[in-house]
Amino acid sequence: MNKTVNQKAWFFVLPVVLLVAFNAIIPLMTVVNFSVQETFGDNMFFWAGVRWFEQVLQSDRFHAALGRQILFTAIVLLIEIPLGLAIALTMPRKGPWVSVCLVLMALPLLIPWNVVGAMWNIFALPDIGLLGRLINGLGIEYNYTRQIFSAWFTMVLMDVWHWTSLVVLLCYAGLVSIPDAYYQAAKVDGARPWAVFRYIQLPKLKYVLTIAILLRFMDSFMIYTEAVVLTGGGPGNATTFLSIDLQKIALGQFDLGPAGAMSIIYFLIILFFSWLFYTLMMKDEAR
Amino acid sequence: MSLELKNVTKRVGADTHIHETSLRFEDGSFNILLGTTLSGKTSLMQLMAGLDRPSSGEVWFAGKNVTGVPVQKRNVSMVYQQFINYPNFSVYENIASPLRVAGMAEAQIDKRVQQAADLLRLGPMLKRRPSELSGGQQQRTAIARALVKDFDMILLDEPLANLDYKLREELRDELPKLFAGRNCIVVYATTEPTEALLFGGNTVLLHEGRVTQFGPTSSIYRKPADLTSAQVFSDPPINTAKVMKKGDQITLENKVTWRAPKAARVPDGAYTIAIRPHHITPVQQGREASTIEGRVLVTELSGSESVVHFDMNGQTWVSQSHGIHPFEVGATAKLFVDVDQGFFFDGENRLIGAAA
Repeated sequence: MNKTVNQKAWFFVLPVVLLVAFNAIIPLMTVVNFSVQETFGDNMFFWAGVRWFEQVLQSDRFHAALGRQILFTAIVLLIEIPLGLAIALTMPRKGPWVSVCLVLMALPLLIPWNVVGAMWNIFALPDIGLLGRLINGLGIEYNYTRQIFSAWFTMVLMDVWHWTSLVVLLCYAGLVSIPDAYYQAAKVDGARPWAVFRYIQLPKLKYVLTIAILLRFMDSFMIYTEAVVLTGGGPGNATTFLSIDLQKIALGQFDLGPAGAMSIIYFLIILFFSWLFYTLMMKDEAR
Repeated sequence: MSLELKNVTKRVGADTHIHETSLRFEDGSFNILLGTTLSGKTSLMQLMAGLDRPSSGEVWFAGKNVTGVPVQKRNVSMVYQQFINYPNFSVYENIASPLRVAGMAEAQIDKRVQQAADLLRLGPMLKRRPSELSGGQQQRTAIARALVKDFDMILLDEPLANLDYKLREELRDELPKLFAGRNCIVVYATTEPTEALLFGGNTVLLHEGRVTQFGPTSSIYRKPADLTSAQVFSDPPINTAKVMKKGDQITLENKVTWRAPKAARVPDGAYTIAIRPHHITPVQQGREASTIEGRVLVTELSGSESVVHFDMNGQTWVSQSHGIHPFEVGATAKLFVDVDQGFFFDGENRLIGAAA
């Protein structure tokens, strides 16, 4: 068989190559650039090798921030995914209430992130905030600017409020796309509601749930704006997540080398976990 | 065992999905629900199965009133147009699932599954998942799952509609054999008149939620009770025209005059005549066929037959004939009408004359 050789094809690929280069590779390379050099003012650079990487990986500060980050993401995922799925299952499939529910669900997603942070900041204030006053009124001591547990509780509650809707909407879209005939077939078989959920709805939602978990994982692992506005990383360092720590190192202390190294490690961690989730959830498909 | 619908209706809000319907299906019978999309086939099946409650009327099964008895207590099986299988079960587990719900012993389940799999030639696929099967195999799995349990009635809702042509023909041949020897009622919904004729049995003609005719398939094909039934049970669409009969001549609205059909021993007056497309042909069939001329609008040639849509003085008619008859679009075609094969309907569209 004769292969057609046509160099023109390169022209068709070129726009994509340029686009990817400008929005991903070039910015990433500047970070790589910082991470392997010692940077002084006046654009003076000295080769530093993997020194910054070693420094970051060995620093207790990084370990602590990473630990907090993993804990936060784990809690948030464990709450938002089952809760979102449960809400989606109870939402009506047809009738006038569908649009009402959808709009109500979409509302938190439409609010800018810094506004969410500011809202919860005021909402949870122990002296004038509705939530803060309420909890204290119940006789529970609550002050998210002073107590670590209160800060985490508020942070998790805020994230759940803000992002569960996304999981709900994704799951709802997945549920609506299951043909009625599946439910009828299950009825004919005499399957119980649990079996319908376990053997029809859950498998049919597999791809949607994978997407939901990946999105929520990546987003919560990179949480910045809301956390900064709500607690600023405090009390102490109790809610200083990776991105907040990174920002402090890069712009607060202007340690560009360690910040670059940390960025790359941060990126690789997200990439690894995303790959891990995806592979685990898709492992049956790979056969 | 027989299934009986007694004056059953189904209304949803202001819409009537099924008008008052009474039907009786006998044990061991093959019954076809024939009608276009939205004619009420699926609604009627759901009432029969017990997936839905009639708004009024009763459903009787084996001499017992089962109105309102849910489907899982009725011993029915169902196959759908979509290929419905449990996505993360193997083919084996899919077929076994109704038996597992029923709590059957493992050895017996295995025996039955193997049997059903053999019948539908799924033997080599038992370990696969539905997503790893072709459409035909997926539907075979669904059919095997429906066949594996003991059922008194099986409902098939356009089971072949989503399959491609070759697989459809293959399964169409196999289906009647699968039910042979089982004492059950088979209900089969389809939009295709040809499918009804191939299966034989009894046919229920449905139009806009009403049963227009019910009886042995071949006899209702030969003698449609009314114009609607004739239209439902004809593919390509049946040709109709309003005519005036005077003596031994009939005159169409467009002034074309034909010899009156011999069978039509009806007094002079206004009627509607309906002629199936295959009684209008480019080659003379009967000895005394009338001729018509029309401008060719569309021609559809398949390997074995030609379908020609033509304009006859402002009316669109269809001719269907064996072999390939190339007509040029826009040209004038001379065709022979076997008027004796036409149906005569009175002012209320009831059949009053047909070929013997």
